[in-house]
Amino acid sequence: MTSLAHPVALESLDEVDLAAVPLRALNRALHALGPGSNHRHVRVLNPRGAHALAAGLDAEVTVEVHGNAGYYCAGMNSKATVIVHGSAGVGVAENMMSGFVHVTGDASQSAGATAHGGILRIDGNASARCGISMKGVDIVVKGSVGPMSAFMAQAGTLLVFGDAGEALGDSLYEARLYVRGGVASLGADCVEKPMEDRHLAEIHEKLAAAGLAGEVDVTSFRRYGSARALYHFHVDNASAY
Amino acid sequence: MCGIVGLFLKDPALEPELGRLLAAMLEVMTDRGPDSAGFAIYGDGSDDETKITVRLPAGTGSDCLRSALATTIGGPVALQRRGSHAVIRVPKDKVEAALAELPVLVPGVMVASVGSHMEVYKEVGLPKAVSAAFDLPAMRGTHGIGHTRMATESAVTTDGAHPYSTGPDQCLVHNGSLSNHNLVRRRLMREGIAFRTENDTEVAAGYLTWRLQAGDSLGAALEASLKDLDGFYTFVVGTETGFGVLRDPIACKPAVMAETDRYVAFGSEFRALTVLPGIETARVFEPEPATVYFWDRAA
Repeated sequence: MTSLAHPVALESLDEVDLAAVPLRALNRALHALGPGSNHRHVRVLNPRGAHALAAGLDAEVTVEVHGNAGYYCAGMNSKATVIVHGSAGVGVAENMMSGFVHVTGDASQSAGATAHGGILRIDGNASARCGISMKGVDIVVKGSVGPMSAFMAQAGTLLVFGDAGEALGDSLYEARLYVRGGVASLGADCVEKPMEDRHLAEIHEKLAAAGLAGEVDVTSFRRYGSARALYHFHVDNASAY
Repeated sequence: MCGIVGLFLKDPALEPELGRLLAAMLEVMTDRGPDSAGFAIYGDGSDDETKITVRLPAGTGSDCLRSALATTIGGPVALQRRGSHAVIRVPKDKVEAALAELPVLVPGVMVASVGSHMEVYKEVGLPKAVSAAFDLPAMRGTHGIGHTRMATESAVTTDGAHPYSTGPDQCLVHNGSLSNHNLVRRRLMREGIAFRTENDTEVAAGYLTWRLQAGDSLGAALEASLKDLDGFYTFVVGTETGFGVLRDPIACKPAVMAETDRYVAFGSEFRALTVLPGIETARVFEPEPATVYFWDRAA
């Protein structure tokens, strides 16, 4: 491993081959990009499932990863666009603040966990706990989401073109969940709610922002949200806690 | 933590490569388990002969042991040393006698596995060193599973390393921790299952052994474990014909699979699979929680 005291200097940030350059050298160079940076586009080759790839970015830069990323890719993202041409491991875009993260393949568990803002688009499926404790992010999954998705979700929207696994929206706060396909089961305090025009408008707006306007009929979604029965402790609900 | 890898070959042309590929996968999982490592390889073997893989105490003489064992069981014995372990081949009808005699002839011997095809090796140390000690890269076979350990529930010893044998040609590796292992161990001891360590995975292995002895299929035994074992786990079990995977009902521990025309592979992380040929175009997916999967060679 390269010594932290003597990092490998990158010859160019236009294209970085992780078969030749240590991950830390890439991430350090990406972290050094400031608001005035000229770098607008970075291609990353041979990620080979590396963890924390392009995590902690805070600049208006586009990073395209060609291959499969490991855990926490684009975690804590701010302003940046990160596109993974492949699949992403656990916790893609976890705690994202703003920006756009796009996975063309599947995402593993806890995609978009605790994310405060920005857009997370997953073209394939997302596995368990997608959007767990989300706090304002908009997540669009073109495939299906696994069990316990949107667990304790607080704010933001989760749009799922396919199906949702067991216990969708368990202990949900104010996040809005829209699912086109089947829902295996709803978690505690998550209920289906009527779809109104403002919700259809919201779906359209979110799809457009994710680059998916017109991809599916907005009226084909069903809406789920919090019954707000678990907000305050009530002894009759003790068994649900 | 802990790391698990598994590789099941569909293409016989890859069989000479099994050990090399498994060793490479195991080494990538060093970050998840630097304390100890182990693996089960399903290689050559015949129906008339059984392989007993043992860990011998330092200083045990191979020739001495082989001839003493042959004399006491009254049959031919072959012995091949691999590092601290040895593979002892005995006629199938002499297995019970050999297993009874071994601890008498070699006090402190650990029987790692018994089977017609399976050999289990495990040792304390970095996965790369463990692979090298047993010359894993040179091993060939049809399938294998491996484990890198980061100890949580019990001490870092060879006995605490995985895989654990659960029966002939069958073994278990585990990522996670069981919370009710003391209770289950006490119950199993009453049922006559013996334990060598305080390790939680040994309890899971003992549980499967107990269910199998009671007549369960391996699939049924794994299903039953969902009810009786409490905690976090991804289990991978090696069998004579393939391997099985089970994750706990909330899928607490990671698991990723890749399938091509040539193999089915398991890894705790995708990184472990990147050493495989054709991984770029493999079908990559995650096993569902609380669902028993098997990949088997057609009988």
